[in-house]
Parts: sequence; structure tokens; C-alpha cells
Amino acid sequence: MRIVLQALLAALLLALTGCGYNEFQRLDEQTKSAWSEVLNQYQRRADLIPNVVATVKGETNFEQETLTKVVEARAKATSIQATPELVNNPEAFQKFQAAQGELSGALSRLLVVSENYPQLKANQAFQDLRAQLEGTENRITVARGRFVKAVQDYNVLTRSFPTNLTAMLFSYPVKQNFTVADEKSLATPPKVDFGGPAPAASR
Amino acid sequence: MATAAFRRPGTLRPPRILLVWLLCLLVTLAAAQELVAIPPLQTRVTDLTGTLSAERIAALDAQLRAFEERKGVQIAVLMVRSTRPEAIEQYALRVVEQWKLGRRKVDDGALLLVAKDDRAVRIEVGYGIEGTLSDVVARRIIDETITPRFRQGDFYAGIASGIDQVMRVVDGEPLPAAQRRARGTANDIGQSWPFLFVMALFLGGVARQMFGRLPGAVVVGGLLGVGAWLVVGTLAIAGVAGLAGFLVTLLGIGMGGHGGTYGHHRGGGWPGAGGGGFRGGGGGFGGGGASGRW
Repeated sequence: MRIVLQALLAALLLALTGCGYNEFQRLDEQTKSAWSEVLNQYQRRADLIPNVVATVKGETNFEQETLTKVVEARAKATSIQATPELVNNPEAFQKFQAAQGELSGALSRLLVVSENYPQLKANQAFQDLRAQLEGTENRITVARGRFVKAVQDYNVLTRSFPTNLTAMLFSYPVKQNFTVADEKSLATPPKVDFGGPAPAASR
Repeated sequence: MATAAFRRPGTLRPPRILLVWLLCLLVTLAAAQELVAIPPLQTRVTDLTGTLSAERIAALDAQLRAFEERKGVQIAVLMVRSTRPEAIEQYALRVVEQWKLGRRKVDDGALLLVAKDDRAVRIEVGYGIEGTLSDVVARRIIDETITPRFRQGDFYAGIASGIDQVMRVVDGEPLPAAQRRARGTANDIGQSWPFLFVMALFLGGVARQMFGRLPGAVVVGGLLGVGAWLVVGTLAIAGVAGLAGFLVTLLGIGMGGHGGTYGHHRGGGWPGAGGGGFRGGGGGFGGGGASGRW
């Protein structure tokens, strides 16, 4: 009886490997690390903003409205606790994305507007901050792209045939990805890059 | 759908499916054509625009090669006409994801990408050297060194002084020593395995008849080990080769056993790349670097 039980257990273990249990672990972990990278880069951006705001404030009569919008958007974005578990909570995920999207928009507006201030353009500190900000935006794009890919891999596994049973058994639900509505507001790449959106002002 | 009277599945379906299939095919073809193809990595300096002369490409290449041999950092230059419809950042990332510049785990690669017709330039920086070659530094190199020369139409000077700056900056970063990767050991082993295997079979047969089974195996194992050591220069590999020779001879595997071994002795070499071929070391990138326009 005992032997039979042990054999059954062994067979079950083998079946688990065969049914992609380990694959679920791997891909689940992969989406988590990809998401952490996204958060990491958002955090980096949030850390940069106070310096940007301080530098821009030094410019007399800089458009106050643009500036306050950035500050507000940052406050809103950082008020949402960005935990790795956020991915599993569609509502919070959506909110977080919306807040970050708003910040992206506010920031890009700030950079575009800054083109109209020759003193800022000549300010090396501001130009350096700008380069960092652009680099971070690019890293965010990359991190988001990799997260999307990771979630896709995971979701494909969750939905394809033999492994979907494993997913059901151990409750590995389909994960949230960046949605289309999101993409519109967010992923229209915040065109901060080298003042591209305002070519007339740049030279 | 409006022609409900005509609903005979047998006649209606195949053309519609065909139509959908054709449409899909067209879309895929269109999508495939849209993105600019990534050239295979063959040398450190790839100029698809025909701007740089052969001697200058060779000079740049030699410079970068010397740097890699000394420091281990892989730097490549790519000139294309345009990256459209993608932004230069997206294209640059695709390139480095395919080329995998820099050593594995050290991630010390960098790419200088020039899109001539877009008048855009980008320095893409691997994870491992983002510390010294930060976004700010990359941006300054572009703004102060590269684009002023590009504006005057001197592409060679812009690229040469640009990579010179990059190398000088990266030189300050403490990285693992260069030796291992510069030789391309994996490549050498890959090429000599079949040779060693044939030698083992041949020697094994002779030695077995001359000395008997066990002494013959010892002799062949020793010979092969020394041979592998001379060719590859790594003791561990030599040990493995020696052991393999010993076992092959001892077990008396005949010539018939070689069928499966030849198939996978080389992964994928670059077409046309002989001994001087260049390949990425498996470095990772995360979108670091800076772009500029002129």
C-alpha cells in the first residue's frame, strides 16, 4: 500500500514537471522581475523630478502651470504604493499606469516648454538633467516592452492546452498586461527625446 | 453575410478563408518590410551607407579590436541610411539585442549607431558600463564631439573622435580582465572537436592493435589530451578530450559511431566570417545611453 502511494506520488511529481509546473514558476518569476525593472525605472524618474523642478524654478517667470502639473502628477504617481503584487490586482494596476502616464505627459510638456527659455537651454545642469530624464524615459520604454513580452509568455502558457490544467489546479491566472486604452495615453512615446516635437524651437 | 440565400458552406468557405489568409499574408509581408533589417554582425564597423572608405573602416576596426583585447569591452559602429519607421532608440535596442555586444554577465558592450538620412545618432550602452558611460556622458560626447563634426559633413572624424571618447571614458571603469574573451576560446574548441574525434578513432584503432586494449586506451587518451592542450590551451578542455579518447579506445567504438557527433559541432557562424570573424559575447542592454541630432 505504501509503495503504491509512493509510486503515485512520484508519478504525480513527474506529471507536474511534464505539465509545465516548473515552467510556470520560471515565467512567473520572469514577469515579476520584469515588472520590478519597470518600477525601478519609474522610481528613477520620480527621483529625478525634484532636481528638474528645482532647476526650472530658478528660471524666472517659467510657466507656473506646467511646473505645478509636473509636481502634482509626481505626487499622485508616487502616492500609489508600487509593489510587485500590483500586477495581480487589475484595478490598482490600471490606476498606477494612469498616474504614471499622466506624469509622462506632464514631463514631456515641461521639456517642450523649456525649449522656449534660452537661459535654460544654455544651463548645463538642466541639459544634463534632461539627458538623464530622456535616458530614463527610454529605459522605461524598454522595461515596459520586456514586461509585456514576459507577461505574454506567461499568459500563453496559462492558456495553452496541457498547461492550462496545471494553471487551473494551482491557480495561476492570466496576468494583466498593458491594455490598449493604456497604450494610447502612455505609450505614445513621451517625445522628450532631443526636443524632437518642437523642432522649430530647437534651432 | 447579406447573401443568406447563398449559404452553402462548401462553396462559400474556401474562397473566404483564402481571402483572409491572403490578407494575413499581405499584412505580415508589409510588417516585415516596414522595419529596417538588422545586418549580421561581421566586423566591428559596419557601414551600410558607403560613407567611410575601406581603409578608414579598417583603421577604426583595428582601434576597437585593440581596445577589446586590452579591456574586454566590445564596441561596435553601425551606419545605416535610416531607421524609419522606428525611432533610432528602438532600432538601436533591436540591434544590440541581436548582436549581444559585450561579455556575458559583464554586459560591457556599446554601440554607436548613425542614421545618416535621419540625421540622428545614438550611443547605446550596456548594463555593465552604464556607471561610467552614463546618459549624461553619452549625451555630452554626442553634443560636443560627434554632431559638430557631422554637421560639417566629416563623418569619419565624428565617429573616430566619438569612439575615442567612449573608449577613454570606459577605460576608467574597473572591469574583469580581458584575456578570456578576446581569444574566442569557445570558437576554437568548436572547430577542433571533429578533428580530435577523428584522431581518437584513428589512433584508437592503431593503438589497440599495437598495445592491447587498456594500454592502448591510456596512450591515446594521453596523446589526445596533450594535443587538445596545445590547440586550445585550456587544461580542463584537454582533460575532457583525453578522457574521451581513453573511453573511445577502451570501449572500441568503431568508425560507425560518428554519425551523430558531426551534426552539432558548430552553432551558427556568420556567413563569410573566417578566422577574423567578430561576434558578440552575450552582453545585455537595458536602453541606457543617449541620442542626438545634427
